[in-house]
Amino acid sequence: MAEKQTAVSGPQSIPALLKRNAVQFADKSAYREKEFGIWQSWTWSEVAKEIEALALGLLNLGVNKGDFIAIIGRNRPYLYWSMVAAQSVGAIPVPVYQDASADEMAYVLEHCGARFVIADDQEQVDKVIEVQDQLHQFEHMIYLDPRGMRKYDHSKLHQFSHVQDQGRAAYDEFINELNARREPIGYDDQCVMLYTSGTTGKPKGVVLSNRNVIESARNSSEFDHLGAGEEILAYLPMAWVGDFIFSIGQAYWTGFCVNCPENAETMMQDLREIGPTYYFAPPRVFETQLTNVMIRMEDAGRLKKKLFDRYMAHARKVGPDLLDGRPVGFADRLKYWIGDKLVYGPLKNTLGFTRVRVGYTAGEAIGPEIFDFYRSLGINLKQLYGQTEATVFITAQPDGEVRSDTVGVPCPDVELKIADNGEVFYRSPGVFVEYYKNPESTAGTKDDEGWVATGDAGFIEEGTGHLRIIDRAKDVGKMADESLFAPKYVENKLKFFPNILEAVVFGNGREECTAFINIDLTAVGNWAERNNIAYASYQELAGHPEVLGAIQDHVEEVNASVAADEMLSGCQIHRFVVLHKELDADDGELTRTRKVRRRIIEEKFSDIIAALYDGSNSISTTTEVTYEDGRKGAISATLDIRSAKTVADARKMAAE
Amino acid sequence: MLDQAEGYTTADGRKIGGVVMEMKNITLKFGGVTAIKDISFDIREGEIRAIIGPNGAGKSSMLNVVSGFYVPQEGEVWYRGAPRPPMKPYEVARQGIARTFQNIALFEGMSVLDNVMTGRLTHMSAGIGAQAIWKGKAEAEETANREVAEKIIDFLEIQSIRKTPVARLPYGLKKRVELARALAAEPQLLLLDEPMAGMNVEEKEDMCRFVLDVNDEFGTTIALIEHDMGVVMDLSDRVVVMDYGKKIGDGTPDEVRANQEVIDAYLGVSHD
Repeated sequence: MAEKQTAVSGPQSIPALLKRNAVQFADKSAYREKEFGIWQSWTWSEVAKEIEALALGLLNLGVNKGDFIAIIGRNRPYLYWSMVAAQSVGAIPVPVYQDASADEMAYVLEHCGARFVIADDQEQVDKVIEVQDQLHQFEHMIYLDPRGMRKYDHSKLHQFSHVQDQGRAAYDEFINELNARREPIGYDDQCVMLYTSGTTGKPKGVVLSNRNVIESARNSSEFDHLGAGEEILAYLPMAWVGDFIFSIGQAYWTGFCVNCPENAETMMQDLREIGPTYYFAPPRVFETQLTNVMIRMEDAGRLKKKLFDRYMAHARKVGPDLLDGRPVGFADRLKYWIGDKLVYGPLKNTLGFTRVRVGYTAGEAIGPEIFDFYRSLGINLKQLYGQTEATVFITAQPDGEVRSDTVGVPCPDVELKIADNGEVFYRSPGVFVEYYKNPESTAGTKDDEGWVATGDAGFIEEGTGHLRIIDRAKDVGKMADESLFAPKYVENKLKFFPNILEAVVFGNGREECTAFINIDLTAVGNWAERNNIAYASYQELAGHPEVLGAIQDHVEEVNASVAADEMLSGCQIHRFVVLHKELDADDGELTRTRKVRRRIIEEKFSDIIAALYDGSNSISTTTEVTYEDGRKGAISATLDIRSAKTVADARKMAAE
Repeated sequence: MLDQAEGYTTADGRKIGGVVMEMKNITLKFGGVTAIKDISFDIREGEIRAIIGPNGAGKSSMLNVVSGFYVPQEGEVWYRGAPRPPMKPYEVARQGIARTFQNIALFEGMSVLDNVMTGRLTHMSAGIGAQAIWKGKAEAEETANREVAEKIIDFLEIQSIRKTPVARLPYGLKKRVELARALAAEPQLLLLDEPMAGMNVEEKEDMCRFVLDVNDEFGTTIALIEHDMGVVMDLSDRVVVMDYGKKIGDGTPDEVRANQEVIDAYLGVSHD
């Protein structure tokens, strides 16, 4: 491939790629944004001029080499240009999460010592102004949308278009300086700094070099055969590494077009209008879309509903095989073709997925039903596994080898190894340079040979070579017999049942695993209504024998699937209890983002856990609850403890 | 300071100009009921002017007099330095006055965009024939008007519901669409009848910001009726207080807040 040959001797930086694209793809659309109801577009040669004008404007404002320029706002072409303009003058762009509070922003801006900020609108400008007294190096702010800021003190504030105008006016004065800074940018110079979200402790600034970004972009583009004809919709936060790689790295490498939605609420309509060929979304986006489809189908007329059910069943049967190119009989193909005309095609069109050639999801486990739904429609949805420190790509699923329970094989040039405790390590050209101003953390994450700890535990499947992530490494433990204990792996399997809202699995250091289960009131309540089962409260429904029976079936099904995994077969659930109350963030049992807080639950429900392990058949307990208005109360209940069938471990049997 | 013909400067540094509209001794009766008794006040260029008062004080009647919908039995309405004769509502609209209603009055079956476009009515002059075949002037006119409508849709951040029928929208958004339609007329004087009524806190905050932005960006003079005292005191430059059809206070929010008669009206003192 021509691209491969240019890689080593070719463009060494994003500004250099821009220069190449401005010639090679001069009249091809590079960016689109919907504004005032019309898609505005810019070709690569126009973009190069816009970026140059801004870069000259930045020089005019006094940006120095090595300065950090914070960029805050929603996905807009102007802000993407700002990143490249910053790089062109030798500065380092630092995209910041637009929904960060002023205090969070203050931390990031002060940590990187940004002298310049480029912000989207009044909301972002206000946040920076609010904290500017704490920012010692902050000097100037540039904003895009002047609305509401007419009366602001403009000694430090500049409108984006004015900065560009000044840059154009000062062309003769600064063009030599710009060239002197732009030309020598090297492969190992800093390209961007991205702050990790910081769920644990303060955010860390991950420094990525041009090498990291360009090599990752090249490898991943070749992996999925991305070309200049792709269309993507840029709607995920600009501060997230994925967006930087998709909308800048890969876009500049291949020359494809980046489309920006009109605003956050119009995203779904814009998706339909653009019809991207390459698409990324976290699992919850796919989940919400599927729920919407199902709800609307429930309200549809009888004929439509029947057509939908019939052809979706067929799609589930043969769709994935067709997508993977496996043999499918003629009659099935014909039926799928009819289904495509009647159901799948129109549905994909409504969802905006008609043209999707490559779709990715990542970030957390996706339910197999959800995953299969999209694949059965003929949408090539795949999973990838990555992180900021790896410039996204660690593993990805190649076409034809897609499954919901793996995250794929190592991406080109990525090496993997699994530590004794199950933690996944990787080494690749995408491995980050350092955490900015944090050598201890850098040393703690990346060793001298370049291996980086992911913090996730997993294993490489024998035969296929696919990586399977089972849990966060710190949550993974050992059972009494030294076998692996991965609670979240089992919990996720349980939660994929619509009847189960939340599950907590115990077993670290114990002989066997047990579980707490929360039923999903909507799903189970619906079922109860249809089956004429009367109930007065969550607690009553949760304790109903038929409900317990249904949950028991689910648990046993999960046990069978867990047992199929040799390494994890010890994690089968022997006994479980359906809790009398929903785990709630107000009671401290979940985080605000609905993650289970194991330690607190273990303490709070220690009596129930004890009963799970002492063989008793029921337990009476009283639990304190916090109501929405902050008052406290208590619920007491007698809970049935059930035993679930487990599948005997083949290895152990053989050994005995 | 308020007496000067050339206007005044507000606390936040905005320049308020001369008198745009002046109510001179207005009295309005419906049969035997006197809704408004001998009220005088003025509205100045670029200011946000509020009319407040308890239920049944005559606020909406007052706004209807301002908008020309009611013709008072006594008194005169002066607009831009001349007494305004009784007019049809569309004639008032052509003078550059637009309004929203307390009970939303949109075309429910039409999309948001079409509703906003109706606000451009006074800026259209192509004949029915040209409109029907959509050629020449009609086409150019619609393009120009659509551009204005789209700018307003962008301004009020309602792009995502552009094509949605109004009937499907929640209340808070309908209010915003109504404001959009009023703005589409590019009014010099905008009358808002309880723009925040029935809204939750977040919707109110949004609406406040939009009202301030309209005033700031387009320099539109705004007269509004509002129940929420917090909103009124934050938004407006000057406030007229009415009670039982009479004016009991007039001045800056601080002056009005300190006015004993106003306090009595709001806290409830027996009327003899």
